[in-house]
Amino acid sequence: MAHESHYKPTSRFGKWMDERLPVARLVHGSFVDFPTPRNLNYLWTFGGILSFCLAAQILTGLVLAMHYQPSGAEAFNSVEHIRRDVNYGYMIRNFHAVGASMFFIAVYIHIFRGLYYGSYKAPREVLWILGVLIFLVMMATAFMGYALPWGQMSFWGVTVITNLFSSINELIPGLGTAIVQWLWGGYSVSGTTLNRFFSLHYLLPFVIAGLVILHIWALHVAGQNNPAGLDIRTKADAVPMFPHAIAKDAVGLFAFLLVFAWFAFVMPDYLGHADNYIEADPLVTPPHIVPEWYFLPFYAILRAIPSKLGGVIAMFSAIAILVFVPWLDTSRVRSSKYRPIYKWFFWLFAFTCLALGYLGAMPAEGVYVFWARVFTFYYFAHFLLVMPIVGLIETPHRLPRSIAESVLGPSRGGGITPATAAAAPEKR
Amino acid sequence: MSKTSFKTFGLGFAAVTLLASAPAFAAEGGGHHIDRQTWAFGGLTGQYDKAQLQRGFQIYKDVCSACHGMKRVYFRNLVQPGGPEFPEASVKELAAQWPNQITDGPNDAGEMFDRPAKLSDPMLGPYKNDKAARAAQGGALPPDLSNIAKARNVHNSAFWPKHVWLMAKDIATGYQEGGADYLYALLTGYQEPPAGVKLADGMNYNVAFPGHQIAMAPPLSKEGFQTYADGSGSLEKNAADVAAYLTWASDPSLNSRKSTGWVVLLYLLVTTVLLWLGKKRIWANAH
Repeated sequence: MAHESHYKPTSRFGKWMDERLPVARLVHGSFVDFPTPRNLNYLWTFGGILSFCLAAQILTGLVLAMHYQPSGAEAFNSVEHIRRDVNYGYMIRNFHAVGASMFFIAVYIHIFRGLYYGSYKAPREVLWILGVLIFLVMMATAFMGYALPWGQMSFWGVTVITNLFSSINELIPGLGTAIVQWLWGGYSVSGTTLNRFFSLHYLLPFVIAGLVILHIWALHVAGQNNPAGLDIRTKADAVPMFPHAIAKDAVGLFAFLLVFAWFAFVMPDYLGHADNYIEADPLVTPPHIVPEWYFLPFYAILRAIPSKLGGVIAMFSAIAILVFVPWLDTSRVRSSKYRPIYKWFFWLFAFTCLALGYLGAMPAEGVYVFWARVFTFYYFAHFLLVMPIVGLIETPHRLPRSIAESVLGPSRGGGITPATAAAAPEKR
Repeated sequence: MSKTSFKTFGLGFAAVTLLASAPAFAAEGGGHHIDRQTWAFGGLTGQYDKAQLQRGFQIYKDVCSACHGMKRVYFRNLVQPGGPEFPEASVKELAAQWPNQITDGPNDAGEMFDRPAKLSDPMLGPYKNDKAARAAQGGALPPDLSNIAKARNVHNSAFWPKHVWLMAKDIATGYQEGGADYLYALLTGYQEPPAGVKLADGMNYNVAFPGHQIAMAPPLSKEGFQTYADGSGSLEKNAADVAAYLTWASDPSLNSRKSTGWVVLLYLLVTTVLLWLGKKRIWANAH
């Protein structure tokens, strides 16, 4: 990758391999002597945590797929079989179900960290966009995975979400219905739909894995962002990835596993919905159909818009807009630490997302709809108004001259170039 | 790590954890405040009380099984560790005398036939299918009880700041007994309808049931409760025992899950601290 590896093969076999397929050199350069900014905080351990989450989901999913029956008649029974009869089946299943939630907790922290510290800014735009793609595929994978137990919430969640595409009828009559029937493989949600969801649910994690490789590649070309938002300029700014960053990643991962294990062993059903322990019944609609918690903010946006098509467009735009963030933010200062005005808007945005999550779980009536509209407005205003305008009018705090100075203080910093140029808001 | 980033981390983590718990917000229609009971199987290290599960099974057998089956619970489960752990011989006898026999076959003559249940058979209810159940119950369907404790929950409908606080408290204390609390409240929740409430035909008034009108007649009451072998018994004790039994039926691996769980958590805690100490040494001259 971008960084020159100092790998020196020691064994004869190592030298022989290095001239033919330098895998060891690649690994050494990417994960051993790769220079990492010395000021990274624990929020930067979530990249490693997310890699762990993906690997854990694939492994537990592999075992579950050995016992699961993807048919309308047998899906629910086979999950019960896994829970009740397969050796440690309950544990594997809890790891997988809770693991999906943990994956999203980690990815949301990771995304908000990127937003706070401006990790999307040049030269990391492609890295950021790859991240948005991973997020999108993750959501598709999780949605299809939630369908597989074929409980009431699985069935009705699939019904509600796939039916969204029928709103395309408002644009081209008939096209929406055709798409929905094509997705279902019939005229209603059925075992056929479940079958294809299972097939795709098995495929998509490997698509994510491919995107993750590109994401890490792009990261290692551009180098890591850091809490100061400065580039590595001198040796004093960086520490080698091994052992420094790896040691910190390990602490972060195990602290995260504590939370993971708390949910998986003590309260495995807390993050799910009780109705999903009732077998899917097309004739009985649950009183409240709610998606999994990680979709709730988007669900709130969907329901906030009075028109069905408008709601669908708003919901997908809420994710698509993330792609344009590198160009919507006009400030040249990466880290919000040095942005006295934008910092407050960042926290307002974080609150907005939480509020939308709360409102997504509430019935779409009365005062909830009003607030869902207010927060939906701010969700988009944050990207389309706040990011461009604040970047132009704000005077950022003075930046440290180097990463080393931000850690050690001005006397021992030893930066080379003054960073005042980067501190000035971009002139347009 | 600077103070600001610590704050960011803490807030961010608190934020997503709260968001993560949003399903707990979803209020069921006509929800009623449900009191929380103390359960032997609650919390981090809780385990089923074997004697309570045995008493609860007796209530199920003598009262509930008149209408409700448990098709996902097999007679063998009553013998297995972590459950009521009845002696195998008595469960074999119980299965053989279970009134709802197993339809097996076809035999050599090509006919289906009914035979007594064995350890490897499920505990069936009295009805062959849902239609037969509805026909016998005036249109109402007595649900299968295998998963009932997991398929029901209590709902928090407090105003949102209090909501957030209650949610954080539930996560910190590992509250997962909503199903048992609901079942206890339902079984003890039969009352005379308040003035002005007109019950539909064949319905009963129950404060815990969403909408308050339930087709199930009171299976237990202040006067009509089951007496245990030692002569004791009360509505409350019956309700708690059967709720515990139904919780076990829906979650038969709880004992093993929780006894593994606290060990795993302890291991992770110790390892995290050790890794942190190691990290501090590695970083000692980088700060």
